[in-house]
Amino acid sequence: MSVEVLGFYGVAVVLLASSLAVVLSPNLFHAVLFLAVALVATGGVFLLLQAPFLFGVQLLLYAGGVVTIVVFAIMLTERLVGERIGQASRYVFNGAVVSAAVLAGIVGFLLRSRAAGGGAAMAGDTTPEIGRALVGPFAAPLELLGVLLVASLLGALYFARTDD
Amino acid sequence: MSLHAYLVLAALVFVIGLYGVLTRRNAVGILLGIELMLNAVNINLVAFARFHGDVAGLIFTLFTIAITVAEVAVGLAIVIVIFRVRKTIDADHLDLLRG
Repeated sequence: MSVEVLGFYGVAVVLLASSLAVVLSPNLFHAVLFLAVALVATGGVFLLLQAPFLFGVQLLLYAGGVVTIVVFAIMLTERLVGERIGQASRYVFNGAVVSAAVLAGIVGFLLRSRAAGGGAAMAGDTTPEIGRALVGPFAAPLELLGVLLVASLLGALYFARTDD
Repeated sequence: MSLHAYLVLAALVFVIGLYGVLTRRNAVGILLGIELMLNAVNINLVAFARFHGDVAGLIFTLFTIAITVAEVAVGLAIVIVIFRVRKTIDADHLDLLRG
């Protein structure tokens, strides 16, 4: 087995196990920590797909930013309620049936589709290409993204302000 | 590894996230499930970009990551406001808009 195959199965096992822990863990705080593991494992998948720049972005924004924000939110709401937040699940059977049906649909479609062999596979570091595309054909969406971030920052501030 | 292996992995992560969204009572737990689902879509985008030699998939992944961060920030702010007003973030108790 080549290094890529071994790496894929290793990362896949970590990703799936931590994802299951996110949705099954009875403690919400532990769920967030497992989410961090799942996000880092996803970054590992990006590395396997030869996108090291996205790996960096994933670590900085997701594993760094999102997990920190969620931890803060849990701390705040736990402090406010004065007791640990229960994390009981509901509709476990229905949820499992719907999820299994969606999985069967997706995998069935994949099995019937031909092996996609479109253009030539990318090789080497893709970071320079990403940079060129961001200032070329995708310059306008990039600027819009900046506007979105400002808007969400102001929106979050507006929601979280105190009345006085 | 073939493209299909990555797509099946992404599908598994997606349905795990879907299960979390459907079964969690806690609003923050539901947001965590949504995170997993968006993550699975990112895996799909990067895999297609890699195997088709098109950089657009990587750019889209960059954009979805940034949009997800914005979504989480606003979503958690809404959760905190709901908690302040209703003293609960149990999704079953938040039925103000139910007809």
